[in-house]
Amino acid sequence: MAVAAQKCSCEVGQAAGKEGRGAAVRNDSTGRYVAAVGVAVVAWWLIYRQLVPVAAWATYTMLGLEQGTHLAGAVEFFLFDTPKVLMLLTLIVFWVGVIRSFFTPERTRRILAGKGESVGTVLAGLLGIVTPFCSCSAVPLFLGFVTAGVPLGVSLTFLISAPMVNEVALVLLYAMLGWKIAGIYLSTGLAVAMVSGWTIGHLHMEHHVEEWVYQTKAGDSGPEQRPDWVARINYGLETVREIVGKVWIYVILGIAVGAGIHGYVPENFLAGIMGKSAWWSVPLVVLIGVPMYSNAAGMIPVVEALLAKGAALGTVLAFMMAVISISTPEAIMLRRVLKPRLIGVFLGVVTVGILIVGYLFNVLPLQDLVTRGHGLR
Amino acid sequence: MKTITVYGPGCMKCQKAEEIVKQTVEAMGIQATVVKVSDVQKMVAAGVMSTPAVAVDGVIKLAGRIPKADEVREWIAS
Repeated sequence: MAVAAQKCSCEVGQAAGKEGRGAAVRNDSTGRYVAAVGVAVVAWWLIYRQLVPVAAWATYTMLGLEQGTHLAGAVEFFLFDTPKVLMLLTLIVFWVGVIRSFFTPERTRRILAGKGESVGTVLAGLLGIVTPFCSCSAVPLFLGFVTAGVPLGVSLTFLISAPMVNEVALVLLYAMLGWKIAGIYLSTGLAVAMVSGWTIGHLHMEHHVEEWVYQTKAGDSGPEQRPDWVARINYGLETVREIVGKVWIYVILGIAVGAGIHGYVPENFLAGIMGKSAWWSVPLVVLIGVPMYSNAAGMIPVVEALLAKGAALGTVLAFMMAVISISTPEAIMLRRVLKPRLIGVFLGVVTVGILIVGYLFNVLPLQDLVTRGHGLR
Repeated sequence: MKTITVYGPGCMKCQKAEEIVKQTVEAMGIQATVVKVSDVQKMVAAGVMSTPAVAVDGVIKLAGRIPKADEVREWIAS
């Protein structure tokens, strides 16, 4: 993938809990902070509502393009979608940041350590959405989980869910393809993570984890301070600064490419090679996607363009999951803690899960759920 | 003398974290040792699950992000 964004953009601090702040400052500024957030959200909404007329005005009045031409269509698409996606991303990432301040990896571990396998698997999938995660933290996180007594399958569920089902993917899918597709992605992504982890858990492969893992003594980072709302809001802003600051360029590039495709590539151009009738396209895109390393921000505008030109929904979903869930660098990192056989099973099970999702959505009559240019239009 | 430990397996962010800590210590002109730990077992033993993480005299002050110079100053001063 040309878009080789660092996955580490997903990791912003969760140390909000450990930030010290004077008690006096705290009481004084909490009210002001909350009020400022309220004002910002209202302003956001007022601006968001103006995006359609402004994009139309800029295209037809300011630039004087002729209505109905390829160029005008592409320009209007770009001028409307870019601010729309970036604004949605900023708003959602802020709230995700605030929510994340409640779910540090330490807390997630505590929650998971006390649970049985079934409840643990479900919780691990769900917590994967909100717990901050970065593929460069995969190894310490896995170690931290396993040494604290979290079952192997549950730990792996978390490792699949955390990168695959993330807020950037969901926001972009919602913005570009509508809430139904975002919902389908959320639920099938969780299902793949949970079923894969559960399956591996039942294969009893604990002895295929490197021996030193179990000899590692897990430490405790000490009691956590509960962050106050000022710290949580700051953490949300920090998350926005870091995630949006890193992915905006990929979003804009992706939308630009998408706008070009919308304007110029003929409809159903891809139907032959990525359409429903091509049964071999699902395994092909998954095999291409698994070793690839990209993030959701770079993927989704491409996905949207593929769908628009006749690619089947299942094929596209499978491609997207394969690209953003597992990658060669992550497999290499996990090799330090998992023996080759378990790595193989891990990759194999996840791949099969993604294949099933691909075929399932190609068979089900769901293509109509794709509501392109959703939202304000 | 304080010991500041930076935990990180060697990604970009971890190097940046180490850099900021070292610069701040130097700028403050105090005596402190900055140690970099990139061994995952030692990280987990210290209770670190997300990197980069920073500990001062064995107490973890921050995990999962790059510290700000102001924060480093505050930890060292306190």
